[in-house]
Amino acid sequence: MKRRNFLGLMGAAGVSAAFATKAQAAGNVHFEGYPGSKGVLFDAVRCIGCRKCEEGCNTVNNLPAPEKPFDDLTVLDTRRRTQNEAFTVVNKYQPDGGPSVFSKIQCMHCLEPSCASACFVAAFKKQPSGAVTYDESVCVGCRYCMVACPFEIPTFTYDDPITPKVVKCDLCEANIQAGRITIPGCVAKCPKEALVYGERKELIKIARNRIAAAPDKYMDHIYGEHEMGGTSWLNLAGVSFSQIGMREDLGVKSGPELTSGALSVVAMVPALWPLLLAGLYGVTKRSEKINKKEKAEAVAEAISATQEKAQADLKAAMERAQADKEATVKREVAKALEEAAKAAEQGEKEEEGA
Amino acid sequence: MEHGFYTLQDFLLYTKGWAYILMGASLVVFLAYWKFLFSRDKD
Amino acid sequence: MTTEAVSKKTLFTPFNVITGMILIMGAFLTVWRFGWGLGPVTNLDHNNPWGIWIGFDLLCGVALAAGGYVTSSAVYLFGMKKHHAAVRPAILTAFLGYLFVVIALQYDLGRPWRLAYPFVVQSGTTSMLFEVGLCVALYLTVLFLEYSPAALEWLGYKRLRNMIHRCTIALTIFGVILSTLHQSSLGALYLIAPSKLHPLWYSTYLPTFFFVSSAAAGMSMVLFEGWVSHKAFHNKMSKDYLSQHDDLYYSFAKGASWVLLGYVFIKVIGVAVDDNWHLLATGWGQWFLFELLGFALLPSLLYAIGVREKNLKLIRWTALLTVLGIILNRLNVSLIAYNYHLPSEMRYFPSWQEFGVTLFVCTMLVVTFKFIVTRMPIFHEHPEYKDEH
Ligand code: SF4
Ligand code: SF4
Repeated sequence: MKRRNFLGLMGAAGVSAAFATKAQAAGNVHFEGYPGSKGVLFDAVRCIGCRKCEEGCNTVNNLPAPEKPFDDLTVLDTRRRTQNEAFTVVNKYQPDGGPSVFSKIQCMHCLEPSCASACFVAAFKKQPSGAVTYDESVCVGCRYCMVACPFEIPTFTYDDPITPKVVKCDLCEANIQAGRITIPGCVAKCPKEALVYGERKELIKIARNRIAAAPDKYMDHIYGEHEMGGTSWLNLAGVSFSQIGMREDLGVKSGPELTSGALSVVAMVPALWPLLLAGLYGVTKRSEKINKKEKAEAVAEAISATQEKAQADLKAAMERAQADKEATVKREVAKALEEAAKAAEQGEKEEEGA
Repeated sequence: MEHGFYTLQDFLLYTKGWAYILMGASLVVFLAYWKFLFSRDKD
Repeated sequence: MTTEAVSKKTLFTPFNVITGMILIMGAFLTVWRFGWGLGPVTNLDHNNPWGIWIGFDLLCGVALAAGGYVTSSAVYLFGMKKHHAAVRPAILTAFLGYLFVVIALQYDLGRPWRLAYPFVVQSGTTSMLFEVGLCVALYLTVLFLEYSPAALEWLGYKRLRNMIHRCTIALTIFGVILSTLHQSSLGALYLIAPSKLHPLWYSTYLPTFFFVSSAAAGMSMVLFEGWVSHKAFHNKMSKDYLSQHDDLYYSFAKGASWVLLGYVFIKVIGVAVDDNWHLLATGWGQWFLFELLGFALLPSLLYAIGVREKNLKLIRWTALLTVLGIILNRLNVSLIAYNYHLPSEMRYFPSWQEFGVTLFVCTMLVVTFKFIVTRMPIFHEHPEYKDEH
């Protein structure tokens, strides 16, 4: 099914809705992966470092011929990683200065791919066959998938200005689906059967048997059985994997699991924040309103109080003025009387003297 | 796909699609509902 | 003095000359980048797919543009109405910040013309980047609407301006939601790579760290930017703005001090729940402590002292320290402590062209900001719309 729709979001939700009957299995959902999905078992104990797998990959995927031919084994002297022109590479290690051990790297085809979880256009898909495929036609070139991949596998065509894309092994999904080949190119070319293609469940059994049959030759660890939630590609080795360039500290949590917690919080934010913030706004506004009302009342009260006081003051002033006036009149009258009396007295004296 | 989902990744892709649609819906509904809730309030 | 002499003098100021040179270099780098691809201009490689265009332009850009939601929510939702004059400068800075973050992103994306694909072609809903992209796109729109009244007043579109003005509260709440989401999701981007990010920086609390520190970054940016603008555009500022200015300084300094203290605690809790104490004794541990104590705890204390002593100068310098601290934190997560396990010859250091493009984008931001505040009612109110808050 091609999950493509004119509206991406609706597509993601809507298209699979019709088939989602069993998904509602409830909160504690658990996924086992596609039944019968395939993978590859690589056995480092058997690998002789001949680089035939690199060549096989190069041929079936029509990759450009490398600078040094595949039978030139001196390239093994430097550590290499996957490149745009090489989906898989073999590296040579000499753990503890002992004999050479070879290790092949390529996409691990995670059961729950980190790259798929990270891609914001869902360009990666875990296929029922077990392969993790990449769809160039939607890729935006953000390279978040490269940040996410714990095995540091995907590469990017940085030098292409128009159609840069992510490059990685697709477990020959395209070739196999088209019927051009039946097993991956690298597996087909291995002369030592260090690579086995088959159902992952079977591969794990084979790996267990090999370990059990020769416990002194193998580490009791199937790399990829649990790493990052498990991978379709599995590795066996006679030395610890960290000695042949594979990290043993990745943990067993898959990429989707690592982000699902944060993702579920995302949904809560737009649902709860508005309630909280609008509520807060309501409270602020209400207290503002109450404040305003109280203020207005206080002002009104203050005004009327002042008015009363002013009137009282006026009255008092008037009364005082009245009293003053009366007092003055009285005083004046008394003064006048006194003067009159004095004058009369004077007059009498003058009359007496005359 | 007839048997639901085989990987957590596919399951999340599907459920988070719905979650995003509902997030959008919640915002629209909240806005409308807030108006409904307060439209009879004078001022 | 003749008119000619005057125009010559105004054109060739040192500011203009340097700006002009940067813009020319930027144009040149732009052609280079889009004509020849990411390879020739960047030091990115298969192990280091993200460089400073993500680590600085995106992560720091968005964190430092947090002043928009912090200020508008403080004023409109938390009742700090008396500081309303600070909203417009903060919104403008945030809007331009986000706008240029998105512009800078075009340089980093392999196929920028497909930027809308996650929303119109196929949605990777499990991706944290999807969440970031969606929120940044929506928030840029919200900020544009929040800013638009200033432009509309300037242009004289009264009806439209009033229509948008009525939506202020709804826009503010929407803005806070979106900011909460994408600020934290930027931290959540790294949740998927526990094996690549040093355990002292990797934590399931990364989203919380990013969100809380963005609030401190936002307030500090408002303080810092107020300081710079004060020097540059003093004549454009209204009495209202200036009179509130000191008061706002103290309010935001208090807020930032408080938030930073909380941030220090949650960071320590992050160390505790992962039982990473023993790592503190390593070189990375010292670097971690340097960041935490020097750029989170110290500014928290300095802000507090600044507020108690009413020391504006101290507050301003502390704002700068906090801003630098946020930048350091984002760079630590995205570049310095990322891929810590790789041997040094496989580590990333930006090319001069990457620095050049970043400088170019920052310069465009400053020029645009200057253009707008010298023309539109940002630091002052438009005379026709006074007292409308
Ligand atoms: S190894 Fe990397 S690229 Fe391959 S499926 Fe896993 S995460 Fe994806
Ligand atoms: S680079 Fe392409 S494939 Fe990788 S995450 Fe981005 S859009 Fe998806």
